[in-house]
Amino acid sequence: MIRKAIADYPLAMIALLLTAFGIATVYSAGQTDVPNAAVQAAWGRQLLWLAMGLVAFMVTTRLSVRFLEWAALPAYLLALVLLVMTLLFGSGAGTAKSMSGWLTIGGHRLGQPSELAKIAVAMMLAKVLASYRVAPRSLVDLIKPGIVVLIPWLLVMKQPDLGTGLVFVGLFFAMLFWAGVSGTLLLLAASPVISLVLAGSTGVWAAWFILLLVVLWYYKPFVVEGVALIVANLIMGVAAPLIWNNLKEHQRDRLLVFLDPMRDPKASGYQVLQSRIAIGSGGWTGKGFTHGSQKRLAFLPEQHTDFIFAVVGEELGFLGVAAALMLFLFLFLRVIRVATRATDSFSSLVAFGIAGSWFVHVIINVGMTINLMPITGIPLPFFSYGGSFLLACWIAVGMLVRISAEGRGRPEELALA
Amino acid sequence: MSLHPNDLRRRGRSAAILGGIALGVLLAAFFRAQVLEHAEFALQSDDNRLNEVPLPAPRGMILDRNGQVIAENIPGYTVSMLSPRSDSLRAALTRLSSVLPLSDSAIEVVVRRFRAAPARPALILQDASFEQVSMLEEERSRFPNLVIQDTPKRRYPDGQAVASIVGYTGEINEAELATETYKDYRPGQQIGRAGLEREYESVIHGRDGSKFVEVDARGRVVRQAGARPDRLAEAGPELRTSIDLDLQRFTASLFDSTMQGGAVAIDPKTGAVLALHSAPAFDPNDFIGGISTTKYKALQQDPRKPLYNKALQGRYPPASTFKLATAIIALEAGIVTLDTRMDQPCRGSYQFGNRPFRCWERGGHGSLTLAQAIEKSCDVYFYQLGLRLGLDRMLPAGVAMAFDQSTGLDVPEENRPIWPEATSYFDKQYGKGGWTNAVTLNLAIGQGENTQTVINMARFYTALANGGEAVRPHIVNRPTEKTRLFTLSPEQMAGLREALAGVVSTRGTAASAALKGITVAGKTGTGQNPHGKDHGWFVGFAPKDDPQIVVAVLIEFGQHGYVAARIATKMMERYLKAVIIQPVNVTGG
Repeated sequence: MIRKAIADYPLAMIALLLTAFGIATVYSAGQTDVPNAAVQAAWGRQLLWLAMGLVAFMVTTRLSVRFLEWAALPAYLLALVLLVMTLLFGSGAGTAKSMSGWLTIGGHRLGQPSELAKIAVAMMLAKVLASYRVAPRSLVDLIKPGIVVLIPWLLVMKQPDLGTGLVFVGLFFAMLFWAGVSGTLLLLAASPVISLVLAGSTGVWAAWFILLLVVLWYYKPFVVEGVALIVANLIMGVAAPLIWNNLKEHQRDRLLVFLDPMRDPKASGYQVLQSRIAIGSGGWTGKGFTHGSQKRLAFLPEQHTDFIFAVVGEELGFLGVAAALMLFLFLFLRVIRVATRATDSFSSLVAFGIAGSWFVHVIINVGMTINLMPITGIPLPFFSYGGSFLLACWIAVGMLVRISAEGRGRPEELALA
Repeated sequence: MSLHPNDLRRRGRSAAILGGIALGVLLAAFFRAQVLEHAEFALQSDDNRLNEVPLPAPRGMILDRNGQVIAENIPGYTVSMLSPRSDSLRAALTRLSSVLPLSDSAIEVVVRRFRAAPARPALILQDASFEQVSMLEEERSRFPNLVIQDTPKRRYPDGQAVASIVGYTGEINEAELATETYKDYRPGQQIGRAGLEREYESVIHGRDGSKFVEVDARGRVVRQAGARPDRLAEAGPELRTSIDLDLQRFTASLFDSTMQGGAVAIDPKTGAVLALHSAPAFDPNDFIGGISTTKYKALQQDPRKPLYNKALQGRYPPASTFKLATAIIALEAGIVTLDTRMDQPCRGSYQFGNRPFRCWERGGHGSLTLAQAIEKSCDVYFYQLGLRLGLDRMLPAGVAMAFDQSTGLDVPEENRPIWPEATSYFDKQYGKGGWTNAVTLNLAIGQGENTQTVINMARFYTALANGGEAVRPHIVNRPTEKTRLFTLSPEQMAGLREALAGVVSTRGTAASAALKGITVAGKTGTGQNPHGKDHGWFVGFAPKDDPQIVVAVLIEFGQHGYVAARIATKMMERYLKAVIIQPVNVTGG
């Protein structure tokens, strides 16, 4: 089967536009009145990473879906090894100085394996789910895919990298949804986590617990499952205060500040308050490219990485924000289209997994800049400065383009409507 | 597992809708912040980056009646520093002290100023020299947060000669900042501290402007100007006074370095104060830019009290200058005429009860009429006159003539004189029955429980010059305000004036102070001083028949009134001759 290397031009163009937008913003992030050589040079290095990313993209488009499926297990195992090595030899950097996300050998930071692990996990999960004859119908069916995600999840949480951990969770549920797992089962699978969050208020948690019992009554799972779920929810509800007390000081602060940024405006609430000021002061059209005062005068923290979207908001205003979010929306719609048109379950699941992972990134990162989400130190795809992530994104784009090329029919025959 | 395309399309649609909603919620949150709440965030963003540096307004000039300068502004420099936190300020000041010597206590003062207004530059030097400024400018790159400003600096060209009127300026302190009067003021600003500078602070202060500098998150100044248009300072308006600077200088020069006392000259027609001086004076220029502690201590501890205004604050027994009041009360009451003689002629003392009350003339004056008693200032005559009047008549009459009221001069230092309003005053002072009618004798000759300021005696004599109406003295022009103190017939007034002229004649107690060609009417006084030598008084006016100037002079420890009289008549001469040679606007411009 001979096809053109790049079949899905719109998808590649959207990704390229997003990357160009991103690198321009990284450039602007370096234009400050408080000299910071590293941030100033970031856009140049990001360009180099894009070049590498494009090479990886071209290479990936040459890899057939069958090869990808075959490579899923080796890639997954390699990712696990790299994650373990990161734990052993890792070091922190940037916002995440306290955690060790970087694989460091001989003092050289080689990259962040967790970015590549996201793709590998998506591939492995797709392979496992694709091997099922029917969609999982019970919690027992979810054990195997659960373990595929749980192992790398534990490894990144050990770093600790809460953001990537959240992405794995998002990826897991997104792919289960795409594999046809019913909404109720997804809810039951997620119930212990929901219990954990709601345990902050005893009344709310009690209400949730009653709702859970009702759902179980109608869903009629195996007895063992039902008991396990109830026990898990009870444990989570009871353990929540213990877990809370075992959180590190800064993790607790981040959650409290999310609920009320003004409780500590000078320290833990500072980032998000300054980010909102930057965005809000941008108005309709912004202060002009490179002219954001919050960024220029260093009021905006991490302006080239985690809070890069605040630079967009400050300098390009609401219109710039709307343009960026529209591009992301197009990207998601396009990838969903690729997943819909894929000829086999594996490639369809991989495509949707990638979309799910990006979606979690975008919602959490952008939401965090405006305090809709707690600060978790998660980068914005195609925007945030960081080589491993850009490389990983372009490898993913390469895979999507390939899947699209091997997909069913012509676009006009298989329009989403 | 094979996924059916129809299932996938359905789920794809759900996923697309879910993604669209999520992004829509995000976009709505941005819309709220960027469009609906934009103004609030824009303000916060400006608050972050802009620091306000006040541009002090030049104070209004203070001029005399002819437009001569009493207080002006000359170029000066202030040095201050912007800082995000007090510890970084302290560190920067410690580094700065290698260029500009700063003691630890000076650094603490700056830090205190910073704490009072952290968003503004904290003042380091109020009055930096040109050398200091050029030195700091060279080191500018090391201290980006240094704010060096042209700041107009107050100067009083005549120094000591005008100190008693203008007062001085100084930096506002924390207690003042807390008051309602200074609610719009900021630390480091200069305010009037005494005299006209204080009285007319709100008029001459002007409106301070501000410029805005841009700072980064760590409080470093990034741009010194242009971050936002400056709001220019508006200079305070000129303050035109009624002072005759020539007479003022002349008055100050009449007090030699050993003399202590006060002098006031008033135009009796308008109340315009022509000159007002207290000796010894301080140099108000010493206060500009902050007076050194040693200098200020020296001023405070000087036994001659240069900071105490002897014309406005000092209260002295008016002595014989008060006999006119006693005479007027008696004349108004109709119990005597100018020709009335007392029962006992003066033989040097008057026996009251078992106690002799002496006349200043040990040899005695013999039998005198009231007019003669004024000329000679005979105490024995006035003892008897006082007894005839009685306290019941004297005390309310003294109140009617405002001997218990300050004049309302537009200088904040003026003290209220002391005059017993009723006999209850004595009861309170000495206990019921603890005092005798002897107090009446003392009051009648201007001694005892009666202490007057120089300015209030001058006001009383404007009534003598004006046929019974006193004017309210003022330094900055205001409508003439007259109060009738007493009512006498024209003949009685003429008789009193004649008697007062007799004082400054060969017959009187101030013969040596007489002027050629100008008839001066006035009264000397020698106030008993429990602390030392007697105080010498002279209060009078000239020319006698068309009074144009009323002068009151008090010389502490001056022993006899003629010393004061000589100064007073010289002031009159200077003023009246100048008026004749060079007519000026009498109403005071």
